[in-house]
Amino acid sequence: MGALVEEFPVILGAFWLTVRLTLASAVAALVLGTVLAAMRVSPFAVLRGVATAYVNTLRNTPLTLVIVFCGLGLGLVLDVSFSESLSTNYLWLSIIGLSAYTAAFVCEAIRSGINTVPVGQAEAARALGLTFTQNLRFIVLPQAFRAIIAPLGSLLIALTKNTTVAAAIGVAEASLTMKSLFERHQDSVVAIFFGFALAFLVLTLPTGLFFGWLSRRLKVAR
Amino acid sequence: MTEAVGSTSLVRLENVNKHFGTLHVLKDIDLDIARGEVVVAIGPSGAGKSTLCRVINRLETIDSGTITFDGKSLAVEGRALAQLRSEVGMVFQSFNLFAHKTILENVTLGPIRVRKIARDQAEKRGMELLERVGIASQAEKYPAQLSGGQQQRVAIARALAMDPKMILFDEPTSALDPEMVQEVLDVMISLARDGMTMLVVTHEMGFARRAANRVVFMADGAVVEQNTPDEFFTNPGTDRARDFLSKILTH
Repeated sequence: MGALVEEFPVILGAFWLTVRLTLASAVAALVLGTVLAAMRVSPFAVLRGVATAYVNTLRNTPLTLVIVFCGLGLGLVLDVSFSESLSTNYLWLSIIGLSAYTAAFVCEAIRSGINTVPVGQAEAARALGLTFTQNLRFIVLPQAFRAIIAPLGSLLIALTKNTTVAAAIGVAEASLTMKSLFERHQDSVVAIFFGFALAFLVLTLPTGLFFGWLSRRLKVAR
Repeated sequence: MTEAVGSTSLVRLENVNKHFGTLHVLKDIDLDIARGEVVVAIGPSGAGKSTLCRVINRLETIDSGTITFDGKSLAVEGRALAQLRSEVGMVFQSFNLFAHKTILENVTLGPIRVRKIARDQAEKRGMELLERVGIASQAEKYPAQLSGGQQQRVAIARALAMDPKMILFDEPTSALDPEMVQEVLDVMISLARDGMTMLVVTHEMGFARRAANRVVFMADGAVVEQNTPDEFFTNPGTDRARDFLSKILTH
């Protein structure tokens, strides 16, 4: 326990990074996933094809490969740079990897949400003269999102835990910090391990509860 | 043959054909609807009445033939099609009110997003229309909180809010409990009296007699005969129509 107390600021800093990684990737994944879902239901075959290929590729590639590709491929080979600071740069590269990967799952969740919206809703919107984009924006997507709040919560929980993969390219989030603490406090490995596991629960349990509550609250009555 | 209401035709279908797979649902349909005319389409189920209704605002595509609305050929897609649809109101059998929007929002969405009318103006007009169909007190509720008859009256107000040149009614009372049919028909009859151009697919013979200028009888995808309601109901010209009428009017 002593090690946990002693290293509390370090641990807090590491989890703060985990939270930032999660939130930034979640926002980006939500935006990209929504665009992909819109493409997959669009009347243009090319857009549908591109989005389908994207989802199939990213959804079926291990996250570690995606993250390593972002770190080595984008970062070192293609020299994509967001910041002078190496650690900030890898942070951004890992956000790209996490959001690109999660967006594929968000897209599929939204698509299943769209399938829960009765055809008549989109038909009535078309009959009023709404364009395809207006129809998605005002009628179909708002109802689709309300139907998939709980699964989106699960994706957010998965994303929170998936941020640990960013350690693969040296981002000092919680898991990498845990590893270095193991080395510094070899007598307290078990305590540190449970401390970190508990801290993840503190992040993810409320997320699940909150999204469950939100999904009941925003449910569309039919 | 038919009572002349307006001099010019608003909708003209010429030689329209439509298939669902191997099923020929519209066969060489020729139909003119004049401005201000109320046309009721009746016939046995599967006759193609709903499809007829839906091809006019291109919710269904056609395989051949031409449809002109207000002098212009029907646009195929994109903004021109959206523009056409904004001029043709549609009332569905299952109401199709936007489930996540309040009653007032249902009525103002089209004017605000399609017509680009200012929100306060759209809401003022929306309330007037809800008043007209007798639902103003429910404006802040959601569709699921209303009865079927009330929802359908809101759907009519939603169509009216676009100031359409015509309204299509696709079996507007078929999904309603019997005691709610009349409240919807009353609204439709008052619309007809006010000179709205209407195509109504319905089984309500009472409505056809009271409000229609013309009855179009369809069977197996074709227009079998058309006449004034009085003539059609008292003296149908074809065996097919006589047979249909005998089945629905005997009791």
